Amino acid sequence: MRATHSLFAPRELRLAWWQRPFRVSLLPLVAWLILGGIGTAALYSVSEASWEPYALRHLVRLGAATALLFAVVSVDLRRWLALAYPAYAAVLLLLVAVEFIGVVGKGGQRWLDLGVMHIQPSELMKVTLVLALARYFHARHVWTTQQLLTLVPPALMTLAPAALVASQPDLGTAAILVMIGVVVIFLAGARRLVFIVGFAAFLVALPVIWTNLHDYQRERVETFLDPERDPLGAGYQIIQSKIALGSAGVWGKGWLKGTQSHLKFLPEMKTDFILAAFAEEFGLMGALVVLGLYGIIIGFGLTVGLACRNHFGRLLAAGLGFAVFTYVFINVGMVTGLLPVVGVPLPLLSYGGSAMFTLAIALGLMLVVGIERERVIPRLAT
Amino acid sequence: MMKGELARFQIFSRRALLLGAAEGALALLLAGRLGQLAIIDGERYRLRSERNRIALRPLPPPRGLILDRAGRTLAGNRLNYQARIIPEETDGLEEMLLRLVELLELDAADLAAVRRRLRRRNPRERGVIVKENLSWEQFARLNVALPGLKGVEATAGLAREYPMEGAGVHVIGYVAAPAKDELDGDPVLQLPDMRVGKSGIEKTFEPVLRGRAGVVKIEIDAHGRLVRELEREAGTPGAPVQLTIDRALQEWVTDRLGEESAAVVVLDLADGGVLAYVSNPGFDPNLFVRGISRENWNALLKDPRRPLLDKCGGGAYPPGSTVKPIVALAALHHGIVRPDEKVVCRGKYRFGDNVWHCWRHEGHGPVDVVDAIARSCDVFFYEMAQRLGIERIAAALRDFGLGRAHPLGIGDQKAGLVPDPDWAYGATGRHWQGGETLNVGIGQGALLATPLQMAVAAARLATRRLDFTPRLVHGVGGVPVPMDAEDVPSGELAAAREEHWELVEKGLRAAVAPGGTAPHAQIPRRLGRLAGKTGTAQVRRISDEDRESDRSESDRPWHERHHAWFIAHAPARGARYAVAVLIEHGGGGAAAAAPVARDILRHILENPPARPDGAGASRPVAGPARMRRRGEPA
Repeated sequence: MRATHSLFAPRELRLAWWQRPFRVSLLPLVAWLILGGIGTAALYSVSEASWEPYALRHLVRLGAATALLFAVVSVDLRRWLALAYPAYAAVLLLLVAVEFIGVVGKGGQRWLDLGVMHIQPSELMKVTLVLALARYFHARHVWTTQQLLTLVPPALMTLAPAALVASQPDLGTAAILVMIGVVVIFLAGARRLVFIVGFAAFLVALPVIWTNLHDYQRERVETFLDPERDPLGAGYQIIQSKIALGSAGVWGKGWLKGTQSHLKFLPEMKTDFILAAFAEEFGLMGALVVLGLYGIIIGFGLTVGLACRNHFGRLLAAGLGFAVFTYVFINVGMVTGLLPVVGVPLPLLSYGGSAMFTLAIALGLMLVVGIERERVIPRLAT
Repeated sequence: MMKGELARFQIFSRRALLLGAAEGALALLLAGRLGQLAIIDGERYRLRSERNRIALRPLPPPRGLILDRAGRTLAGNRLNYQARIIPEETDGLEEMLLRLVELLELDAADLAAVRRRLRRRNPRERGVIVKENLSWEQFARLNVALPGLKGVEATAGLAREYPMEGAGVHVIGYVAAPAKDELDGDPVLQLPDMRVGKSGIEKTFEPVLRGRAGVVKIEIDAHGRLVRELEREAGTPGAPVQLTIDRALQEWVTDRLGEESAAVVVLDLADGGVLAYVSNPGFDPNLFVRGISRENWNALLKDPRRPLLDKCGGGAYPPGSTVKPIVALAALHHGIVRPDEKVVCRGKYRFGDNVWHCWRHEGHGPVDVVDAIARSCDVFFYEMAQRLGIERIAAALRDFGLGRAHPLGIGDQKAGLVPDPDWAYGATGRHWQGGETLNVGIGQGALLATPLQMAVAAARLATRRLDFTPRLVHGVGGVPVPMDAEDVPSGELAAAREEHWELVEKGLRAAVAPGGTAPHAQIPRRLGRLAGKTGTAQVRRISDEDRESDRSESDRPWHERHHAWFIAHAPARGARYAVAVLIEHGGGGAAAAAPVARDILRHILENPPARPDGAGASRPVAGPARMRRRGEPA
């Protein structure tokens, strides 16, 4: 067991920045590249066997995201520890900025127009929240962690961005931020009773939340509960997606032969419903392969966290692994009709940059933890 | 610190494993859900996916042509250029309609019609017709503008076209959009372009002419847009129906009649074929194909000349003196008059307490049967009627085809009326009055006949065959329709002797000779002469006052004038054609009807109609192959 490793392992790991990329774990990196390739193939098919307009741009973006990933990898874990709060503060500021100068789209104000690209600060927040919480708990003693008062700052750190995101309004992402925060606090060692009481409080508050939802949000949930209620409106996407997945069978209809997607029965297929378009052509097997590849990345986060000798790295890797998990679980649950349609993309497959870059940073950080899992970072070190 | 670090790690690893287990369980849930969709429910979703993408659209079959005996088109199909709009493909329906208003010069009524169609749209149908029957210029303009008109299509469908316009409408009929009760379950009738036969041959042969719809299996996208064609089953074009009508003659007769309210039936004595069947005035059936306007419809309804009525087969009139040859033949056959016997006409005939008048006030003097026919002496026939009795007169008239409908295969053929005591009792509740027999003997009273019946009577007089049967349909789908003899009532006149027929024929020839009633109706000798009989059917009772006055028929209001009849055949020996002419309120038969019959027979002898078997025809009879080529949209 890693837990019994000598506590006197070398504290210093001297690696030049250009050496670091050669130390990364290959398995999650390969999974990353394959997923990017699958995304490109699916987008190529969706745009009628054409590189234009999505597949090529997706591939270019994949290259940029991979570069970003290696840029993250080239930075030392202690540097990341030092950067955690400033990064969190910066993204929180961006979220505030979105409130005032954000670009309106798809029923919400979510993007910042930076000229070259639109960025969605709520996506970046998923990473910086984990960073900030990991840093906070890294500096806390296990006994302090179990005191209720210690949980106030991390709770505020979680709820502040969640509230900002919820007001965009993007309730799905806000909920994900809360879940990420809760999971990191849980992994950090807060008392179980906190979570039990918290969950009970959530259940009690549910009716209040329901009445405060926007009409379209309520409709989404109602449609989710009974998609046939409005088969040509909101339920249409779910029905068509299920038809695409179901009609594909085990082996699929073959690449470029998906009728649901090519005949445009599938809505939003280049973004949130890309998995349905892909699975229609590659079948159940294709979908399971995609799940498996994400499983590798998520599992890597967990295992590297377990292998890590510093608390910051542990919380960071496992927390980010969970962040990736929320993407996959919610998106696949949505596409298969298990969850309401909340507009969560499948990073690397869905067309669009923010989720992909978020995943690049998250995976990059996990790889950093992997490189420096042996490093012991003192609790008080900053 | 180390101890704290270890505790922290232990809590972390326990909880991380718990998290991992939870994530794994949820991942299994997703995998299971995917498996459920793809395997367990796979079949159901495969069906739904097929249904999503495949649509069946009926292909309207080209309607079968109606051809004349020479293969000339009586009812054809022309390309109908249409502008269609597919609302879901436009960027803005209203905006696009406005642009089309400009481009296609739509007026308010057109626009209202489009909106009505949009509201009542059949969801299986692609788009809605904005305007039909575009001119070539409009169609070209539309095509040029098309790239900028999203959701607009320029299509060429087929529309029925009647090249003779009004000349043959009562035979051919017309087509119009099907009424609700005409939807017989054939899905092709749901198509907005489809028309069904409403009258005439178009109606009778509707199932033959319509053909069977093909179907095209197409792949559609979520908006119902065509992606590609998967399969096509061509269907069967409607079969052609060939008539015995001669188009050239039909049109010539129509021209000859001009504005008269009249009916003409010309029969080919060789095969019974109807060469011309003209009820005048007609109306343009093309108006109905497009949907007739209320204005035009009201004009047709209100016209006193009743253009909507088929006067040939559907108009029943007292036949007047045209029945005299028949009565004469019956009298001769029954031996109640000797061929050389003379009856003296003093202009009056006394029966019971009443006096019956001859049309010739001053009387004809002594007349024999031939004179009586030639000069149409009423008194002679009062006497004959008196001697024969109503039963034998009625039987004779029935032998010649009166009192029963001749089924030509076009709608309502009236049976007319041959009155007899049974009828009188049934219809009026009174017993037959002896005086009525006299009226029937000169073709008046309750006696009613259609021009078609009189044409048949003329043909039977000409051929001396009482089983002569008219026919209108020569072939269906290239297969000749066999001649079937009408089952003729077992009339005694079938046994009439040759010399009696000869006497009647002599009378008919004398009628168009100097001294006859229609001396100017003769045709040049080289054409073989014609034989005929005039008739002037009373519309009102002639009072004594009228008889005293000098008022001529032409001074009376149109609707009070007599109907003018003329039946004839030619050549007088070896007759080939028979004709019946009725001019409604034309006045006297000799003045109004005889010249028309003369001109027709002269024309037809000089320009013999084409033979239906193709020999001597100006154009070959259309076979199915030619049909299909004509029927296909270009």
